[in-house]
Amino acid sequence: MMEAWLAALTFSAGYNTRLVTLGSLLLGAAAGMVGSHVLLRKRALISDAVSHATLPGLAAAFILIALMQGDGRWLPGLLLGAAASAALGLVAVQAMSRHTRLGEDSAIGAVLSVFFGLGVVLLTVIQAMPVGGQAGLSGYLVGATAGMLASEAWLIGGMALGLLVALIILHRPLLLLCFDPEHAWTQGVHLQRADAWLLGLLLAVTVVGLRITGLILIVALTIIPPVTARFWTDRPHALVMIAAATGALAGYLGVTLSSVHPRLPTGALVVLAAFVLFLVSLLAAPRRGLLARLIDRYRFVQRVHCRQGLLALARDEAIFDPTTLRILHRLGHIRRDGLATAQGRAAARDAHHEERLWTYYRHAYPEEAARLGTHRLDPISRLLPPDLIDELERRLPPEKPHE
Amino acid sequence: MAEFLMLSLVPLLVASLCSLSCALLGNFLVLRRQALIGDAISHVALPGIVASFLLTGTLAPPAMLLGAGVAALITLALIELIQRLGRVDASAAMGVAFTALFALGVLMLEWSGASGVHLDVEHALYGNLESLVWFEGNRLAALWDPQALAGLPPQLARVAWVTLLVGLFVMLAWRPLVLGSFDAGFAASLGARPGLTQGLLVVMVAVAAIAAFEAVGSILVIAMFICPPAAARLMTDRLSRQLAWSLVFALLSAILGVILAGHGPGWLGIDAGLSAAGMISVVAGLILLLACRFGPRRRRIAPPLA
Repeated sequence: MMEAWLAALTFSAGYNTRLVTLGSLLLGAAAGMVGSHVLLRKRALISDAVSHATLPGLAAAFILIALMQGDGRWLPGLLLGAAASAALGLVAVQAMSRHTRLGEDSAIGAVLSVFFGLGVVLLTVIQAMPVGGQAGLSGYLVGATAGMLASEAWLIGGMALGLLVALIILHRPLLLLCFDPEHAWTQGVHLQRADAWLLGLLLAVTVVGLRITGLILIVALTIIPPVTARFWTDRPHALVMIAAATGALAGYLGVTLSSVHPRLPTGALVVLAAFVLFLVSLLAAPRRGLLARLIDRYRFVQRVHCRQGLLALARDEAIFDPTTLRILHRLGHIRRDGLATAQGRAAARDAHHEERLWTYYRHAYPEEAARLGTHRLDPISRLLPPDLIDELERRLPPEKPHE
Repeated sequence: MAEFLMLSLVPLLVASLCSLSCALLGNFLVLRRQALIGDAISHVALPGIVASFLLTGTLAPPAMLLGAGVAALITLALIELIQRLGRVDASAAMGVAFTALFALGVLMLEWSGASGVHLDVEHALYGNLESLVWFEGNRLAALWDPQALAGLPPQLARVAWVTLLVGLFVMLAWRPLVLGSFDAGFAASLGARPGLTQGLLVVMVAVAAIAAFEAVGSILVIAMFICPPAAARLMTDRLSRQLAWSLVFALLSAILGVILAGHGPGWLGIDAGLSAAGMISVVAGLILLLACRFGPRRRRIAPPLA
């Protein structure tokens, strides 16, 4: 099994598999890109409504094609039908959330389930019809690249490539739209029209991905890569790029893995690959990942203990907290019995002086201190300019004797 | 008559009870703008049930309930985690969590599908109302014959219990539920424990979704949660009336859906049956459409938020 997967990974498992892998790579990238924009507009789950709304159109197209030629499986026709009903679903969601007092969440849920229900009814109609190709329809639900024809793979790959190009071209206007609609308007980018373009691209990505991941799971490919990318960066450009890369990688891994065995569902594997990448990012991303945050928190706690311990030393107070004692001892500020070392006494004097400077700064310049928002753990010389520190030193009130 | 009792009575009852319990809870989901929690929970019922089947080897209701319940809890925890750590909005976090778990469920289902026992993707997705046949219901007297009644499909009793439970919950937790739906801070200040109420609401949603899962499948149950209450919301400003409207709409969708699916093609001269679950959501959607178009309280007072 491993050899089969390796063969697929290196594009050497047959012409069809190569095509499909390439197509899903492109699809994953396109889905990641369009998904990032949708995420930035905070409408992530509208893709769920779009994808579920494709079912009735898909089934209706199947029926029409089957009536015309006996076997309903003609990919271009099916995708057109899917696109049409998905567009209708989108219009319904927009209309419901704009013109009634229902929220967008209710609109999405209603369209999702009702359109899907209509699709299910049509599926049972198909079951009752004496036409061929019905089993292939279930592949559109959970994805099935196994029986894909080369022509179909070409079509999907080509469309994915086209979408990718369109997304790259529209990249800057879409981002502009998200963060600064007024500026976008002055640049001639109309908010509602661009919104419509974005949703149109989302629809196109959904329809193209139907055969690969199936309609239930394509939404995952538009949501998981952008959320994954969110862990790596705060900048929107980088977000879109990382999401594209993650999506491509997920498509690549998922499709190659599912090509190993016909019973492995493609869509599920693509989504799970994306989820694994997500988990890895959640844990290991620098600064925002879980591990990085735990380490940051640990370090912060250490610094607080150290500072508080030194301040206590400076004021000749007894230290009872075992963690503080341990940390001070490790840093060499106190001896094993709790008595301060020379180094510790010097550090305590510095800490005490810093504390007085910070306190006086907060007293003298309250707004600026609040804006600075520091924890007073950072050395004052690193955060304030030298002339300000000079002034603070000069104006520092004499120290009151301790009670 | 015998045919009705045998083939249609139980699906009608099960569908009606499911739709009532879902609509009851759905009112609060729609008010709290949490309709998509229903979406998420319904999707993760699948992997929960598949996992419990693989672990216990049985489809017994307690095992299924436990599996889906655990899946719901895992999903909620995951959503919280993703929201906190990733600093993305709730819907994105939900999207990640439930799609990944659903994919896992599909993988487990297909990979272990060789066993083929009663559980396959189609039924999990579309439900199986048509299979609820009451073999002993071959005459009218069977309705009060204890022996015949004992042969009723077990799903009916399950769904009845769940509906009772949901009704009890809504009655007992009425004040906290209502307060929390409109002003969580005020509710907290009154000691109405909005956090706890929210948690219980989600648990009840999971329970109702699991019970309905068997009848209408995991995706169509969302229609039962959202469409009747949403339509009711557009009919009135008063919560008690909204609840009443939603129950009426739910019952209507269930009954019309089952009848149209079972007998509709027959009326057109075609000898086949359509998906009852699908029909129910279509009827619910049509009712919602009519409400959106003609509902007396459908207008938005303030302009929509962005």
